[in-house]
Amino acid sequence: MDGQLIQNPKIQVRNLNFYYGKFHGLKNVSLNIPEKKVTAFIGPSGCGKSTLLRTFNRMYDLYPAQRAEGEILLDGQNILDSKQDLNKLRAKVGMVFQKPTPFPMSIYDNIAFGVKLYERLSKREMDERVEWALKKAALWNEVKDILGRSGNSLSGGQQQRLCIARGIAVKPEVVLLDEPASALDPISTAKIEELINELKEEYTIVIVTHNMQQAARASDYTAFMYLGELIEFDKTDTIFVKPSKKQTEDYITGRFG
Amino acid sequence: MFPIYTRRRLINGFNLTISLLTMAFGLFWLIWILFTLFKYGFGGISMDLFTKMTPPPGSDGGLLNAIAGSLAMTVAATLIGTPVGILAGTYLAEFGGRGWLAPTTRFINDILLSAPSIVIGLFIYEIYVVKVGHFAGWGGAFALALIVIPVVVRTTEDMLKLVPNSLREAAAALGAPRWKVITLVTWRASKAGMMTGILLAVARISGETAPLLFTALNNQFWSSNMNQPMANLPVVVFQFAMSPYDDWHKLAWAGALLITLGVLGLNILARVVFRQKMPSN
Repeated sequence: MDGQLIQNPKIQVRNLNFYYGKFHGLKNVSLNIPEKKVTAFIGPSGCGKSTLLRTFNRMYDLYPAQRAEGEILLDGQNILDSKQDLNKLRAKVGMVFQKPTPFPMSIYDNIAFGVKLYERLSKREMDERVEWALKKAALWNEVKDILGRSGNSLSGGQQQRLCIARGIAVKPEVVLLDEPASALDPISTAKIEELINELKEEYTIVIVTHNMQQAARASDYTAFMYLGELIEFDKTDTIFVKPSKKQTEDYITGRFG
Repeated sequence: MFPIYTRRRLINGFNLTISLLTMAFGLFWLIWILFTLFKYGFGGISMDLFTKMTPPPGSDGGLLNAIAGSLAMTVAATLIGTPVGILAGTYLAEFGGRGWLAPTTRFINDILLSAPSIVIGLFIYEIYVVKVGHFAGWGGAFALALIVIPVVVRTTEDMLKLVPNSLREAAAALGAPRWKVITLVTWRASKAGMMTGILLAVARISGETAPLLFTALNNQFWSSNMNQPMANLPVVVFQFAMSPYDDWHKLAWAGALLITLGVLGLNILARVVFRQKMPSN
């Protein structure tokens, strides 16, 4: 529907169907994710927005009963192809989860973990990379003196920024955020949103959110999903000001079923 | 006061009383055992106990060879049993979600976990002692290892299952291959729990008598050769306690106290290790 809307798609989803065992979780979804923009997925719980997000790095592959059919083109390459190297894909497409998930190791090692998987850096280069990632995630000033401390010792908001830093330290091209602020207080949420705004200069960002104000504030494009179907996808302003579908309007105005 | 609250309060009081009484009943025997052990065993604790060999009846001696033998076999059993247990437990927790192999393994492991230790002793006697033709320390170590394995398998699996899936997903999302997710993240997250399991397994085997009776047997003298019969605390306690000699009885009590204190120490250590940190999220 949006061949004209998105000029340079980073990800193209074509007729995607997703199954949890017998349950049909995504129904024939097609959309284009623009490069270096923020795209938000909104919709009620269980509408499939997280499911769709988790197909972009094939996270669902960890679970044997889940499978996807159709095409997802990342830079024109179908990542659903069985020949796709999952680890390389995930190095390119980073992900931040709803609950902060610091690894049981120091703040420094949390960042270095992903980098070490793909690059051989000297101690000095690694120090620089860790500093760079923590600065990008607006966490450096708070942790620069306690890099050796456990990642679990940070506050929830700091942990989430640590996870973002860890994700961008490997220099991905796409960053997937699965309700990254839903477990955080308003101040930490504001920091994360600010961060998203800065990160889109360099990364393609896809964010799933329950919070419509957040989608309105932080995203350039918004997709509204309902019961596994993509109902409407457009510029965020259009979706929130002049949605073309009645269902979308009902949802964003809070008059939903 | 409504009658329903009176009734609830009465029922609550009744149940609480019953619970406390049963707890007191259990503790009573435990404290009696410990009291008896200290009463008869404490007098036997001396330097001689740790410096002299087991004596013939009527002369002075200690338990040095038995202590050393027990330590040697326990260490060997732990070194053999722990890696097997950890790897098998990891398989069950990380890869055991599908197919028939994991449930079958889990079931057999549970049987092994509750197998009478004398059966394990007889088994090693049949397949090892009979084949080499004599009792030996290695036989004891193998029998004890067979007791370590199911304990470690079970605790490793349980502890790894406590690690939230979100942590595995987070590591996989960075592009870490499965083996790195397991060795660098999940193992590390459950390190304390897995250590606890190993310590509890060691505590479990340090008092086992039956598996050693058919395998390591005993040795009146110092022996550092694992291919020879080997003295060990449980069997020495067993034999000395059954004897008609008073000085042997005294040593048996002292040995029993030593084992109990050792197990107590291991349990306390396990609690301390476990309390240090387990994953919070």
